[in-house]
Amino acid sequence: MMGTLLGDSTATLGMVLLAAINWHSLLFYLFAAAACACAVAVVLTDNVVRMAFYLVLSLGATAGIFFLAGADFVGAMQLMIYVGGTLVLLVFGVMLTAQAPFVSIRTPASDKVLGGIVGAALLMVLVLSAFSVESWRRPAMGLVAAPSATPLGMAFLGVRVDDDPLAAPAVDSIRSGYLLPFEIVSVHLLVVLVGAAYLARAKRRRIPRGIETAGADAAATGGRS
Amino acid sequence: MNLIAPLCAAGFFASGVLSDPVSVTHYLVVGAILFTSGVVCMAVKRNALGILMGIELVLNGANVNFIAFGSPYLRGEGSASIGLDGEAIALFVILLAAAEAAVALAITLNFYNNHSTVDIDEADDLQG
Amino acid sequence: MADFLITTVGLPEWLAWTLTASVAAFLVLNVIAGGALVFIWAERKIAARIQDRLGPTRTGGRFGWLQSLADGIKLLAKEDLMPDGADGMLFRLAPYVSFCASFCAFIALPFAFDFVGQRLNVGVFFVVAVLGLEVFGVILAGYASASKWSLFGAMREAAQVVSYEVPLGMCVVVPVMLAGSMDLITIAEKQAGWFINWYLFHDPFTFVIFWVYVTCAVASVNRAPFDLAEAESELVAGFHTEYSGLRWSFFFMAEYGSMYLVSALAAILFMGGWNGPIPVATLLGLSEGTGDTANYFVRLAGCANLMGKSTLGVLVMMWVRWTLPRLRIDQVMTTCLKYCTPIAAFMFAGVMFWQLLLPGGVIRGLSRPAGEIREGWLEGPGGQTAVSGPVPQVSQVRP
Repeated sequence: MMGTLLGDSTATLGMVLLAAINWHSLLFYLFAAAACACAVAVVLTDNVVRMAFYLVLSLGATAGIFFLAGADFVGAMQLMIYVGGTLVLLVFGVMLTAQAPFVSIRTPASDKVLGGIVGAALLMVLVLSAFSVESWRRPAMGLVAAPSATPLGMAFLGVRVDDDPLAAPAVDSIRSGYLLPFEIVSVHLLVVLVGAAYLARAKRRRIPRGIETAGADAAATGGRS
Repeated sequence: MNLIAPLCAAGFFASGVLSDPVSVTHYLVVGAILFTSGVVCMAVKRNALGILMGIELVLNGANVNFIAFGSPYLRGEGSASIGLDGEAIALFVILLAAAEAAVALAITLNFYNNHSTVDIDEADDLQG
Repeated sequence: MADFLITTVGLPEWLAWTLTASVAAFLVLNVIAGGALVFIWAERKIAARIQDRLGPTRTGGRFGWLQSLADGIKLLAKEDLMPDGADGMLFRLAPYVSFCASFCAFIALPFAFDFVGQRLNVGVFFVVAVLGLEVFGVILAGYASASKWSLFGAMREAAQVVSYEVPLGMCVVVPVMLAGSMDLITIAEKQAGWFINWYLFHDPFTFVIFWVYVTCAVASVNRAPFDLAEAESELVAGFHTEYSGLRWSFFFMAEYGSMYLVSALAAILFMGGWNGPIPVATLLGLSEGTGDTANYFVRLAGCANLMGKSTLGVLVMMWVRWTLPRLRIDQVMTTCLKYCTPIAAFMFAGVMFWQLLLPGGVIRGLSRPAGEIREGWLEGPGGQTAVSGPVPQVSQVRP
């Protein structure tokens, strides 16, 4: 009887599978589940190296979400700059400071509870507002052209070449290029490069406070005798 | 026991969740979860690098929202979208997040060099 | 192939796409795994000959053909060790992170005109970005091994890979600028015809950029002379000291996969990809068009052409490994920051001015009035099939 039950369920499953699966949705759910699970894991883990690893996975899954939304260039930039640059920087910082006593610094439970309550409230507000606008819940019908990075590149040069038939009229009238922000961000990155290199230059490390006071006492007693 | 998984999967498929196209709302929920995780991470962690990771999560949640609003795949009729601006803003957010992470990490390393710890509860030199 | 499955065999659409994707993934996996098998044997033979000895001569006949297979069986049968203080989850996951990064970059790599996993408009960017993710597997392996030598090796390698991404990016942008698109298929198609069409011979600046790219690519995949992360004389084996058996073989496959990938990228960006030195198909009068049997064989020949060029690149990397001495970490960083990056930047500026003043290469550029802007620069969205003016097309029809 169990055998026939198994057989029936697999037959049902097979018939249901024959219905069309929207691969875009399936992949979106996969990537979204990965991103959210890893983000929650970042919060819940105590070990800072594992936190960095989960963050890498979360941001990588977010890049996948970007690709699924048709933002190919932003997805590739996310992988290259965020995951391949910023997170490598973060992991270097983690390795430099992950001496054994600091790998897991625990927070008292009361702080965690308070943080959890605030987080839950914020999540509720955001999700409710996400479901509140009716026009956001209507998905797209039909296919669109394959994404291209040319309009984005031209926009950064100050020339808007994208013609968007679905753009709202208010947005359509103020379409400007992004040349000035592009230049500002370039200079900004240069300034940040110089500043960060200066801030993080190697200096002689001072002795920690506990040893310092003990050393001062010893020096004081040693000086007197 | 071993019937539960296939029956759940069958129910999942039959209810059409996996065959309906996703809309902006799905992306916004993902962005909300990322954002909230980042905020809680910033609030709860004592390790300075943990706080940095919270900041990265927050910025990523915002990016997901921007991309969703600017995506050509997710718009139905009647829904306003910001088109290319969404991608451009997300790009600028990524760049600025990288810059800010570099500076924050430099500050953290400076702090570590001076106090031999990354526990921010120890950063109370200016406390009254 | 998916269309064939849908129309002829009558499978439902999603099943056809799943099968096609599985076949494509299987093929790419075979390229990496089979390639690794062949390259390991080739490396041992080349190393042996350069060092005036014979290499494997027993397994499977006089040339030791089956040596890699025997190595693989040995690796599968090895004991699965993990050091005592190691972080279990990270230790187990590190090889797969490295291998996934190497494998995922093959998604966007085209092997012939339409033989690509996913034709991305930002193909070049995607491949370079995913190549840079391999460093995470290395860092995780070094940290999770709970051994300071592994950690040193991992940190050195991470610093090296991350530093060399900067000149690598600049070198890669030059063919993108010449072709007007980041799509790898477009870049290769614009070099169709005789070998003088290759971007390698486009102008002297691009020629220099090619050699800078080779240096940066070799450093990026941590091959000698930049392999101090695995320096046997100093660090035992660097970040993969504590790995044995199948886990180590995943790192190995990731390394050979990356070597093959950067060679294939060099071939597509600078050496015409699947367009050979001699345009045999055009000379034979075979035209392009999807669905034609002769056309399929033309593309298959193109695929073989690309694989030949990539294999040549890998063999050159092996040759360099056993010839040049290893660089120290400060020499590696000096080469990157004081030599490769400024040279790449100056050559990039040089190519830019060359394109402005003499578009289309040396000979064609000199016979053209100055200041003519390529129409290709102003292609609209989805314009990857638009052909820009100055690039000559040797009478072939492309869809």
